[in-house]
Amino acid sequence: MWEIKFSGFGGQGIVRCALITGKAVALYDDKYATMTQSFGPEARGGACQSQLIISGSRVLYPYCTSAGVLVALSQEAYDTYEPGLADGGILIIEEELVKPKANSSRVKLYPIGATRIAEAVGNRLFANLVVLGFFSAITGAASADAMKKALPGLVPDRFLKANLQAFDKGFEHGLATASQTNGAAQ
Amino acid sequence: MSELSPTPEYSLDDNAFREQNPMAEFLRMERMPHIWCPGCGIGTVVTSFAEAIKAGGYDMDKIAVVSGIGCTGRVAGYVKFDSFHTTHGRAIPFATGLKLANPELKVVVISGDGDLTSIGGNHLIHAARRNMDMTVICVNNFTYGMTGGQVTPTTPTSANASTTPYGNTEPAFSLPFLVDAAGATYVARWTSLHARNITKSIGEAMKHRGFSFIEVISPCTTLYQRRNRLGDGVSAMEYYREDGEIQHGADTRTVDIGYQGKIAMGKFVDRPRDTYLDAVVKHLTSVIGDDYELYGKTPMEKKAEEEARKSAAGKGESADICEDGC
Amino acid sequence: MAEFPKIVSADPKGVLTGRHFMDGDHALAEGALAAGCRFFAGYPITPSTETAERFAERCPEVGGLFIQMEDEIASITANVGAVWGGKKVMTVTSGPGFSLMMETFGLAAMMEVPMVIADVQRGGPSTGLPTLTAQQDMMQVRWGSHGDYRIIALVPDSPQECFDLAVEAFNLSEIYRVPVFIMTDETVGHMHEKVVIPPAEEIKVVERNWYTGPKEEYRPYKFDGKHGAPMVKAGDGYRFHSTGLTHDERGYPALTAEDNKKLLTHLIQKIDNNADKIIRVEESGLEDADIVVVSYGITSRIAIRAVQVAREQGLKVGFLRLITVWPFCENKIRELAGRVKAIVVPELNYGQIVLEVERAAAGKCKVISVNSCGGAVHDPEEILTAIMEGAK
Repeated sequence: MWEIKFSGFGGQGIVRCALITGKAVALYDDKYATMTQSFGPEARGGACQSQLIISGSRVLYPYCTSAGVLVALSQEAYDTYEPGLADGGILIIEEELVKPKANSSRVKLYPIGATRIAEAVGNRLFANLVVLGFFSAITGAASADAMKKALPGLVPDRFLKANLQAFDKGFEHGLATASQTNGAAQ
Repeated sequence: MSELSPTPEYSLDDNAFREQNPMAEFLRMERMPHIWCPGCGIGTVVTSFAEAIKAGGYDMDKIAVVSGIGCTGRVAGYVKFDSFHTTHGRAIPFATGLKLANPELKVVVISGDGDLTSIGGNHLIHAARRNMDMTVICVNNFTYGMTGGQVTPTTPTSANASTTPYGNTEPAFSLPFLVDAAGATYVARWTSLHARNITKSIGEAMKHRGFSFIEVISPCTTLYQRRNRLGDGVSAMEYYREDGEIQHGADTRTVDIGYQGKIAMGKFVDRPRDTYLDAVVKHLTSVIGDDYELYGKTPMEKKAEEEARKSAAGKGESADICEDGC
Repeated sequence: MAEFPKIVSADPKGVLTGRHFMDGDHALAEGALAAGCRFFAGYPITPSTETAERFAERCPEVGGLFIQMEDEIASITANVGAVWGGKKVMTVTSGPGFSLMMETFGLAAMMEVPMVIADVQRGGPSTGLPTLTAQQDMMQVRWGSHGDYRIIALVPDSPQECFDLAVEAFNLSEIYRVPVFIMTDETVGHMHEKVVIPPAEEIKVVERNWYTGPKEEYRPYKFDGKHGAPMVKAGDGYRFHSTGLTHDERGYPALTAEDNKKLLTHLIQKIDNNADKIIRVEESGLEDADIVVVSYGITSRIAIRAVQVAREQGLKVGFLRLITVWPFCENKIRELAGRVKAIVVPELNYGQIVLEVERAAAGKCKVISVNSCGGAVHDPEEILTAIMEGAK
């Protein structure tokens, strides 16, 4: 079972990240997925979070009790939600927007320059897809194949290709990072 | 007093009387006698409504009457149409749903001033704003009759009501002004003395596409007249005759009614504007295409039909041969 | 006599067949469209607005009409009017809007109009917690409008069930000519999960019980305590009357104690006498249970977790989920109370349905309320603690 929290500020596509991942898992990876999100004025502009529970059996409790994965795309989100991440949990941050604590050894930290990579693809707006590619490679919680299948309908048609490209870049970067990390650990 | 004409020779038998009654076609005669007091003007409005329908040659199966609560709210129970007696103040939203669900209906709301302009005031202005295709006839007797003569939003300032026993200190709504400002596209006012004019206005209003509003100033002899020492129904008629003034096309800002003051009457507003449904259908057709049809076939269905037609046309010859040959 | 209830396959144009990742609010709208709902007068209120938005978006392609009215009173009343105009109708709302609609629910019960209302419950009273979950309107839905009457209330525990129960709610409303409520909540409303919408031919829809007999014999009401009279719509030439006043079978006001008895007995008996047919529950492990957890909606999912832990610890814990909360499954509770030690009732309110459980249990077993002030779902631990207490 995975308890995943996506967080950042409104407008970064946080809810979209959880939607894409949830749809991928529920419809194409054939697992159970339950996604919830923060609502109301607090979801606009300020800190924003979305939660996704993935399981091989029906999800009963719909919220994270002890998140195993935290994706934090803003400093505020990191500061707010990092303490809720389980020991040994996976922490994915946008390295240009989040400065982690000096001692982050409690968790497995995976920084990525998603905005920079997205800009290379053509638009910083695709940063969330770079993050999702990276997330997929690092965690394996949702397969890359399923994630890509989930995109139509959740990203504008005219940007589908660019979003797929962004995802692939993130995914490649994730694979490389994972092999480096594993290498270092060995 | 002038001499009364002799009473027509009606049968004393109840059933025969009901059949003979010239209103029998329009009223649920089995529900007669009605509850209204002698001298009350609501009956005049009902008669005028029936006359207007008679004159207009409507399909009476396609007329629906909706009322709220109160003395006038009882109209729906007496008229022989599809008729609905709803909750207090909600005749207009009920009528809105009825009309939108079945657009072929002519929907007429008949209710009182307390019902339509106090508790139902919000619905009144919004239906006017939308130009919802319905006719609203407001019998304004300046009081809540059913509950014993309380003050309403149309009670003239200084008039006495059971909840303003020392006199009403609030200003009154001028209903033509209110609904005109809100967007009504047909607005008229008469008093219950002016039965023929009411009939004519109802006829025009029912032909009008959009939100039409007719205010009928009418006496509550039992409560408003008595409490204000204004005499009986005849006194009210005298007042209407003396102070009623026909001002067709008057600026609705000028037609407010002071206590026992002048009553401006006539057709004040009559202008064309898309009804709510016209606007919806027009707009959605422009957005979705000519295939759009309210409650009709969907664009998908039409496309499928067209494709079927095309493919049939493609195989046209063989199909024809088969049909002819088989 | 015409076939009743007349069950047909759903009209394909309203059915979005396929697998979706969808939230409960959207699933409600899809369920309504699948059930044949083609009119929706609504007013936005968190956390129910998404249903109205979905309906508004889907209407032009399905051949339906959405109108945003000036307030909740107008929206519910327009829906009652639209039923008499011949449509299947629905509206959604939450706490404050639900309170505003109460008077008209009484009108709907009195006029015996089939209609569906969803309350996406949020924390209250008053404006309360607009964005947070609760189950605090469970008694209000049953008793909220003045006078005596009956309604049906269903509670979904997932987006999938929002779809399924929306269809069922329409069907029940058509069979019993009664307003049917879907008492969902913010969590389920805003929760995305897989929703499978079957092909139209697999969705069974109850058609309105249209009157087909001679015009002169038509009566809009039949006080038979069963299903009531077949219906017509305004414009069909029956020139009928309907009123919120106490009335006779012609629909005419009839204002005596005797008249009210005939009418009211019918309104109550058509639900009470059919309760066994209406009530649906989900149960597990009740056969040899010592303790039973009775819950509904989102809370039941949390409760399962607690039940699982308790069973792992060797306790015989049964689970009963109320899919239909009203009418209440009192026979079931009465039977259980006679043979279990305790019934545990977690709910996201300060103890509402537990009162019904206590009434039905009639002191034959312990009844433990695991109440809440709303705003968040239970911690499964709280329910587990209550189960332990019940086991003592």
